[in-house]
Amino acid sequence: MSSVLQVAGLGKRYRLGVISRGMLYKDVQSWWARVRGLEDPNSQVSHQPKTDDTTGESFWAFRDVSFSVNPGEIVGIIGRNGAGKSTLLKVISQITAPSRGEFRLRGKLASLLEVGTGFHGELTGRENIYLNGAILGMSRAEVTKEFDRIVEFAEVGKFIDTPVKRYSSGMYVRLAFSVAAHLQPDILIVDEVLAVGDAAFQKKCLGRMDEAAFQEGRTILFVSHNMASVRELCTRVIMMKSGRVEADGEPGETIDRYLDQSTLDWDGGGRSGSGRLRVTSVQLLNAAGGRVTELPVGEACRILIGYENRGLTPGDEVTVGLSLHSASTDIFCNYSHFSGRTFANLGERGCFEFSWPSVDVVPGHYTLGVRVFANGDQHTGERLDTPPPVILPVVPSDFHGNGDRALTNFGVILVRGQWSVRGV
Amino acid sequence: MSEKNPKIRTGPAESAAADQGRQPAVKAPAGEGGWTTVVSAKRPLIDFNFGEIWRYRDLVYLLVRRDFIATYKQTILGPLWFLIQPLFSTIVFTIIFGQVAKLPTDNIPPFLFYMCGLVAWGYFADCLNKSASTFTGNANIFSKVYFPRLTVPIANAITNLATFGIQFALFLVVLGWFIWKGAPIHINYRVVILPLLILQMALLGIGFGCIVSSLTTRYRDLSMLFGFFVQLWMYASCVLFPLSLYPESVRWLLVLNPMVPVIETFRFAFLGAGTVEIPQLLAGAAVSLVIFVAGIMIFRRTERTFCDTI
Repeated sequence: MSSVLQVAGLGKRYRLGVISRGMLYKDVQSWWARVRGLEDPNSQVSHQPKTDDTTGESFWAFRDVSFSVNPGEIVGIIGRNGAGKSTLLKVISQITAPSRGEFRLRGKLASLLEVGTGFHGELTGRENIYLNGAILGMSRAEVTKEFDRIVEFAEVGKFIDTPVKRYSSGMYVRLAFSVAAHLQPDILIVDEVLAVGDAAFQKKCLGRMDEAAFQEGRTILFVSHNMASVRELCTRVIMMKSGRVEADGEPGETIDRYLDQSTLDWDGGGRSGSGRLRVTSVQLLNAAGGRVTELPVGEACRILIGYENRGLTPGDEVTVGLSLHSASTDIFCNYSHFSGRTFANLGERGCFEFSWPSVDVVPGHYTLGVRVFANGDQHTGERLDTPPPVILPVVPSDFHGNGDRALTNFGVILVRGQWSVRGV
Repeated sequence: MSEKNPKIRTGPAESAAADQGRQPAVKAPAGEGGWTTVVSAKRPLIDFNFGEIWRYRDLVYLLVRRDFIATYKQTILGPLWFLIQPLFSTIVFTIIFGQVAKLPTDNIPPFLFYMCGLVAWGYFADCLNKSASTFTGNANIFSKVYFPRLTVPIANAITNLATFGIQFALFLVVLGWFIWKGAPIHINYRVVILPLLILQMALLGIGFGCIVSSLTTRYRDLSMLFGFFVQLWMYASCVLFPLSLYPESVRWLLVLNPMVPVIETFRFAFLGAGTVEIPQLLAGAAVSLVIFVAGIMIFRRTERTFCDTI
């Protein structure tokens, strides 16, 4: 069978520093300085030999990526933040051009990097279906053919002639996804958009994608951090690491391999501490003990903090602690000595385990700080190691048990409670 | 790599694909050369995609519709503003340039003279301004989904026709009133050239706008200069004073500005006075075409990596 998508040696390089100048007068200034034989006042660092390949600093979002995809395949693309997945999909969606290599495709490609792109609040649901369809590459005749099914799938019924600015966010998302789900492209690219909407609708979308691939022979490229849905949906998984294809093959195997090596990403920054003990990794386990890369709200989890002993004596008593921070505030800290534990006789390698009974924070991205002390607490002990914080994604779940995953983003924590009313 | 993959359910996929009414592009022989799209890091210098834009003509139609509806739904006064704006400008110019400065107007009533120029210029300026903000104004959608970016300025030029139509109708009403009052107006057969003039203004507006739009993705400070530049351009385009005001010796300079013959011809056709020479008109059309082609070349170049710079 001939492939529908062939990617050969594809790479995307971003230049740093050169583009961000962004002001004409600075370019003129640089040019004038060069004309007079002076040093460019806007150059980054002194003199770097200028060759074709290195103008300014640059980095490859991904490079040397090659693969081909057959019709009917659902290919999951997984990898940590910054592994190049999303940029790869952007290039294949023709949103931005590759810096090296090429790709070829057969048929029509539609990408869904964000639902509702091009929706206009003043237009009615009906008008937006046509507009969105056209933006995604459908003709009016094609939209008309699918129109009833789109409306039915989106469950917006009688509101179809109401301007979408009056829609609830749920209706908006359902309508947007519904248009995309009925696009009938030969290749559909989906990036994380399923994280929105309630559980039932998510399931419906996954079902629709499954149907599109298996019954209609369409090809789907699917980026997600949700390993459960990748495992369920995909027939093949490509794992990316630092901009290159690290593994490509059967889903179960590839996902396991990914999770085995998946530690959370260090959020940059240096370390401090004596270094007699070093924190080497931070991993997440869900309630069932499986490795995950993000935590669902309201569920139990365990955090594994890997260490390497670089000079502790058996008598040293180690206290380990962690702290959670949002962008705006500190949320909590917890040290092992709070619950009466310090650790002595540590081996060469191992891991501390923190059991977190219920992750009751508002969904979002948090940073997790880890600290290790010897012979005392955070005030009196020897600071062994403070690695850079890690990013901890917390994702929505059916926290209140009412089937609604669209949780509030008010405040910091989520609380389960009971309401009642009593007359006086 | 894909050969290793064991889990493709081939049977139903193939038969279903054959049954479905798929895109012609897919039905095309799926041989080794049957690729519909090839995207490479290497790029030809001249790379127009008019065929693709034609395939997306429904999108152009819907964008026009969207802009139209969005403009008219929001306010009751919406369409009325389009009338107030040229009327107000005309009155101001009539007082300042006609009454105070007493500039000649080729023996045409000043009110008509200014209005004629302003209505024509208005269409061009609208096309130019809207095209010039193609990238910066659509950054959000451009970074999320692919469609031929040129559909946006093209749709704008078409939407602007509606505004122009309203203002032009107003001009015709005013013109009729002046003729009825016995003003020395000689509307003549040359009005048939109007569609060509509009086309030229659209091409020039889109072309120049595309150049500006591409440059502003790199140099944000250019957009400040641009508003000022358009203002200056209007003063240099015989909107406010006729070409006959300039001495013969410098007129050739103004021919470099393709808007001069457009405005003069427009006025000549509807008011019967103006300085129109066929070579000038052709030269203006040629310059417009060159700017249009150059604009699209630069635009095509910019759209490839525009999303990386915002």
